[in-house]
Amino acid sequence: MDYKDIIASYASKPGGIIEAYHAVQKELSYLPEEAVAEAARVFNLPVSDAYGVATFYSMFSVTPRGKNVIRICESAPCHVAGAAQVIAALERELGIKMGESTADGQFALEFAECVGQCQATPVITINRKPYLDVSPATVPTILAEYK
Amino acid sequence: MAEEMRIVLRNYGKIDPLKIDDYIAQGGYKSLEKASSMDKEALIEEVRKSNLRGRGGAGFNCGQKWSFAYKADADEKYVIANADEGEPGTYKDRLIMENDPHTLIEGMAICAYAIGATKGFIYLRGEYPQLIDVLNTAIAQAKEKGILKSFDIEVRSGAGAYVCGEETALIESIEGKRGEPRFKPPYPPSEGLWMKPTIVNNIETFASIPVIIEKGGEWYASIGVPSYPGTKVFTLTGDVNNKTFVEVPTNTTIREIIYQFGGGIPGGKKFKAVQIGGTSGAFIPDSLLDTPVAFDNMSAIGATLGSGAVLVLDESRDIVDVTTRIAKFFEHESCGKCAPCREGTARMHELMQLVNSGKGGQQDIELMQKLGNVMSIACLCGLGQAAPAPVLTTIKHFGTDYNAKLM
Amino acid sequence: MVNLTIDGIKVSVPEGSTILQAAREVGVKIPTLCHHPDQAVKANCRVCVCEVEGNRLLAAACAQPVMEGMVVKTRTPKVIEARKTILELILANHPQDCLNCIRNGNCELQDLANEYFIRDNPFTLKVRGLQKDYSTPSIFRDPDKCVLCRRCVEACTVVQSVNALGLENRGVLSMVVPTMGGDLIDSACVMCGQCIHACPVGAIGEVEEIDKLLAAIADPDKVVVTQIAPAVRVAIGEEVGMKTGDMPMDVFVAGLRQVGFDYVLHTNFTADLTILEEGNELLQRLKEGGTLPMFTSCSPGWINFCETFYPDLLDNLSTCKSPQQMFGPLAKTYWADKMGIDPAKIYSVSIMPCTAKKFEAARPEMNASGYRDVDLVLTTREVGRLFRMSGIDFDKLAGSNFDSWMGAYTGAAVIFGASGGVMEAALRTVYEVVTGNTLEDVNFEVTRGITGIKEAEVDLDGTVVKVAIANGLSNARQLMDQVRAGESPYHFIEIMACPGGCIGGGGQPITKANAKRVERIDSIYVEDEKCAIRKSHENPEVKTLYDEFLLEPLGHKSHELLHTHYQAKNKKYL
Repeated sequence: MDYKDIIASYASKPGGIIEAYHAVQKELSYLPEEAVAEAARVFNLPVSDAYGVATFYSMFSVTPRGKNVIRICESAPCHVAGAAQVIAALERELGIKMGESTADGQFALEFAECVGQCQATPVITINRKPYLDVSPATVPTILAEYK
Repeated sequence: MAEEMRIVLRNYGKIDPLKIDDYIAQGGYKSLEKASSMDKEALIEEVRKSNLRGRGGAGFNCGQKWSFAYKADADEKYVIANADEGEPGTYKDRLIMENDPHTLIEGMAICAYAIGATKGFIYLRGEYPQLIDVLNTAIAQAKEKGILKSFDIEVRSGAGAYVCGEETALIESIEGKRGEPRFKPPYPPSEGLWMKPTIVNNIETFASIPVIIEKGGEWYASIGVPSYPGTKVFTLTGDVNNKTFVEVPTNTTIREIIYQFGGGIPGGKKFKAVQIGGTSGAFIPDSLLDTPVAFDNMSAIGATLGSGAVLVLDESRDIVDVTTRIAKFFEHESCGKCAPCREGTARMHELMQLVNSGKGGQQDIELMQKLGNVMSIACLCGLGQAAPAPVLTTIKHFGTDYNAKLM
Repeated sequence: MVNLTIDGIKVSVPEGSTILQAAREVGVKIPTLCHHPDQAVKANCRVCVCEVEGNRLLAAACAQPVMEGMVVKTRTPKVIEARKTILELILANHPQDCLNCIRNGNCELQDLANEYFIRDNPFTLKVRGLQKDYSTPSIFRDPDKCVLCRRCVEACTVVQSVNALGLENRGVLSMVVPTMGGDLIDSACVMCGQCIHACPVGAIGEVEEIDKLLAAIADPDKVVVTQIAPAVRVAIGEEVGMKTGDMPMDVFVAGLRQVGFDYVLHTNFTADLTILEEGNELLQRLKEGGTLPMFTSCSPGWINFCETFYPDLLDNLSTCKSPQQMFGPLAKTYWADKMGIDPAKIYSVSIMPCTAKKFEAARPEMNASGYRDVDLVLTTREVGRLFRMSGIDFDKLAGSNFDSWMGAYTGAAVIFGASGGVMEAALRTVYEVVTGNTLEDVNFEVTRGITGIKEAEVDLDGTVVKVAIANGLSNARQLMDQVRAGESPYHFIEIMACPGGCIGGGGQPITKANAKRVERIDSIYVEDEKCAIRKSHENPEVKTLYDEFLLEPLGHKSHELLHTHYQAKNKKYL
């Protein structure tokens, strides 16, 4: 679906710009400038405000990134459970560093704070879906789902 | 021997969360029916009498909060469920919503009736997309059965901002803005969402309401510690045998939670510290473990009950390293609106990194103490005020760990 | 009334007052940084924190409402430590280049650092090293100096409704940025410079061009001519230690001669000329059914705003150039001829209360004389620097008169500097032109003052002309939306981009409070009263100009030199 149609479908929700951004990212993985400007138009905001919102929330990106966004929780419970090793495994497996995207545009690696699945640390999410009790050994299997 | 007591998790595992009839079969929505037949002021008085205090962390008397919104004169009022459960190590609200969404909806509907609201929002953190459908299904079922009457509930997603757990930041976010806290006063019960009277309560708070209405405020007030009665859900992480959750009366001690319900420390290691209330909570040494978890008891030892997260560290853990990681969390999650939090969280992280990497000196510890003390009294909102607690309490209780790393 | 004590002093203030307001009542000074007297409470710098008895948390005095029986302490060790620490935090990422800063000596942060004797900052200096933005000819941004008080954002959004500035990112990475994080020139910025007045530090300022003037003065082949805008005199004294309005015009002229200007002329001359051209244009539109309401076109910030946000209403704008840009081509044609000076040698400098004038002078179409019409625009602040550098003692300086042919002016031109002044000046002339009667009382009080939108009706021999006046672009927007909706009852609308009019322009001495703007307005009308001639059409030099050169208002020469047209800006993002 075109980003314009996506945004238009939230037009009737007061304050619905955040919902609209989520929906755009689901399609495009990030918020292109034109989408931010379109959201401003639809929600009757100055573009500066729409941009301010887009850059405030950590799940939104205004720069292009890999299609599948992998976020690794680094909060204290995951940290003590070995998040660092999971990060190392992901970096190794994808050949990129945290904050980067793969050259083929398939994956982006990002830090995240707690995702609320602390009964089974360390946790990562891919496109907002959580994976529990992740270890360096399970990383390749998880990634295979998206390859 | 402490015992578990399930109020907010009363239906956990007993019902299919996607079937409203299951909930109704357990007595669900009877409290809403009862509440709707009550005089509003009497209803609010019942809640006030229960002495239920907000489970989000601030611990304000719930009935009193409702009475402010009830008394406010406005053409529209709102009820908001704060499901922006962002404290690392906390997942109690997810448990409630995942397993018993109708208890939340019933609690919200009772509140809506009490204060005269027709519109509600569930502000669901962006990290819980899987719950959107669960909640929407439950809302649709309740609507279909006519249970909610004219009360509408809409689910709104956050997008990765811990600060949105602060009620005014949350309100800003629902309004489609940057999630920055407002200066208070005015408080939300008088001017909240779109400047209308608004009640923002935690999920656990709302989930307690149906039971309070069913069994009465006095009954609830008699559970646990009188100044903070009822139950509290704890989620255990870190070095405990049972990384699990537990709902207990508030007179339960920290030690009981860790050893009895958490099953103690794995691998025969010794206990070192526990951080309660989430990542903004204090670290507590062994000597204080016999403190009851209730709000004021925790305050008395310089700690907070917070969200009920319990992060246990065993003797092998590097507490300075963990605290450094926590300092990074606050640098990342500060909204940047007020200077002491924006700059202070970044400086605190910088200083912790310095000390953690063995390049710090005594003057850096002292500077962190000064900075932490200032932040805790001068920042605009609870985030900045609480952010230094892990640093300050670890310096206080685990000074030797710091000293060992100094140049 | 609410009773409280502050530092042991009893005070009684109206309900809803803040601690800060109460403290000022009793002379207790509480430091502030994000606080702005005419803006919403921000409470974000936390420099104003105080102790309130019984509260664990410190209270932000700028925001905290007073309560009965409140006991406030503003000077306890706890308070001092908090304020000092917060200042240290802010200063620790602030470039330590006060000596090179455009706001050196006029900086709220510098003052606080001094008051709290910040010496050895315990935090490591860490400047972010952000790109400076020199994309516009009017305004620069130095984001490293930004203290995130957000006053500029409010000026740009609430006061001006331009929305060129907003926030980006969060936490320690947050910044105030032009739209989409781009350069100012690509945003909707109209270059009004109100953000500069709002900024407590040197994060936003005017593009300084004093060196260009000095080079021109040093060049023996150049004849340096200047014009002074109507709003400058009332404010220039503030730059050299005088009270608002205290600089006598002839002393100001003498000062400019001391600095090295060869000829000193006056924009007031072309302000009077503007009235004749614009007044006749209005009459023509009324008579011939032209586009109405007609909008004034003196304020370049307003022109930019109209071109950016209301391109569909460009036909409503008077085709008259601003007084500055009428002066430009006349100086290099008519005046050069009169004086026998080769126009190629004339270096035309205007002294303006305005940052947008720099942009206006650089517009490609502004070369009707065959040369760039106005070579350089200096703001009042830059001229203040020039004066200070030159070490002129204005108390001892003997006055001097304007040079001939484009130096004479009337009271009607003087009031161009204040909101409503163009309208009042136009009414003084139009009334006499239409009715043929002498206007006995030239004062149209209803057009005066800092009120955002003013309106009036004037009976011109049976024809009632409805006029409106707006200052500040949010107010202009209200009138424009009305016009766009086809619901405007007016025939003539005066717009000045800046609050209070040009006396509050972006190039004036740093003006935090509107109260200062009001002082300048008052001073403008005092000067008008003192003028022997107060109607533009009675200006003798303007009469000569028409007799010898232009021949008639809206004539062929006028169209060639004094009129222009405007174009939609088509900005990418608004």
